[in-house]
Amino acid sequence: MEFFTLHDFMTYSKGITYLVMGAILVFMPLYWLYLTDRDD
Amino acid sequence: MGPEKAIAEKQYFTPFNVVAGIIIFVGLIITILRFTKGIGAVTNLDNNNPWGLWIGFDLLCGVSLAAGGYMTSSACYIFGLKKYHSAVRPAILTAFLGYALVVFALNYDVGRPWKLPYPIFYSQGTSSLLFEVGLCVFLYLTVLFVETTPAAFEWLGFKRIRHWVVRLTLVLTIFGVVLSTLHQSSLGALFLIAPSKLHPLWYSGYLHVYFFISSMFAGLSMVIFEGTLAHKWLHHKMDDTHLAEANGVVLGFGKAASFIMMGYVGIKIIGIAVDNNWHYLTTGWGLWFLVELIGFVLFPAILYSVGSREKNTKLIRIAAIWTVLGIVLNRLNVSLIAFNWHLPSADRYFPSFMEFFITIFIITIGVVAYRFVVTRMPILYEHPEYKKDH
Repeated sequence: MEFFTLHDFMTYSKGITYLVMGAILVFMPLYWLYLTDRDD
Repeated sequence: MGPEKAIAEKQYFTPFNVVAGIIIFVGLIITILRFTKGIGAVTNLDNNNPWGLWIGFDLLCGVSLAAGGYMTSSACYIFGLKKYHSAVRPAILTAFLGYALVVFALNYDVGRPWKLPYPIFYSQGTSSLLFEVGLCVFLYLTVLFVETTPAAFEWLGFKRIRHWVVRLTLVLTIFGVVLSTLHQSSLGALFLIAPSKLHPLWYSGYLHVYFFISSMFAGLSMVIFEGTLAHKWLHHKMDDTHLAEANGVVLGFGKAASFIMMGYVGIKIIGIAVDNNWHYLTTGWGLWFLVELIGFVLFPAILYSVGSREKNTKLIRIAAIWTVLGIVLNRLNVSLIAFNWHLPSADRYFPSFMEFFITIFIITIGVVAYRFVVTRMPILYEHPEYKKDH
């Protein structure tokens, strides 16, 4: 990926970051359920 | 020689005492060298590498691994998880000894121990992160000392003063959590000043957040690890309550550590994404970074999760050791290995034999002090006179 302006860079890196954050927001509650589903 | 004297001498010269005695003796000789000949005589430090093993391991790892104190006491007293009560005193003692030895080790690096109180009482550098770290460690060490005293007062039979200190428990716990939040993160923030020296995969604007979050699972893992060692070597000192609650502590802390570690992996990935450092992952440094993140965070997090689901405490104890090693690796990566990464190998730092030995010397002092306290004071058991106090 080639960047010519700071705006290009921010758009790309923040776009990826928001996707990662979304994935984490979905994953973490599911992981909590996985950790606790055998609790008494 | 009478039989009683023979038994006393036999107990005195145990393998542990002999090895610890030799280490402490050699350590004292190096200590004299350090304070008479200067830091250059015993270390490989130079202008490129002013912070070495004593900061990277003794201080950074010492503080993060002592986080079990605030994690356990906040779980028990702030979140009301009384089922972890038996783990509080060993965790607080470990934290107190850990911080005391951090300050002790700092004297080797800084020199002139009589000037240690200067930043607090004489010349405050309020714009410096180091001042914030120093102030927090000073205050938190005091808090931990006060939190440790009830066990000593029970041992000495000082009922009234013990009663007053115990009434301060909640306030001290809150104060301890606040101070830990501040200085655990500040230790990471110290490296924010060196973006050109620390490798981009380890450098991040979130470095202080990484240090704080990783201290949480470091502390939880250290409580499990230390409990494992205590069960092996000091089993006879534990009462029925401690033994009955031990598995619950391991399962609960393992589960909590697993969740936090997964979150930590997540924010590390966010850090890579924010700075767009993906291309570094395919280099040699990237491989080393992945060894740390996948091998020593993600892998033990999965071990913890499987262990807590299957109620397999042995697996959790293995994961705890693995995690402790991972924290050590992370702190060494940030402070030594990935620091000055661009320098030619001839200018890179590797600790001297005497630096390693002083580190071993300090760990040995910690183990001896822990053993001294635990074999005398009610740490792994409840004093019979105070069983109904909580």
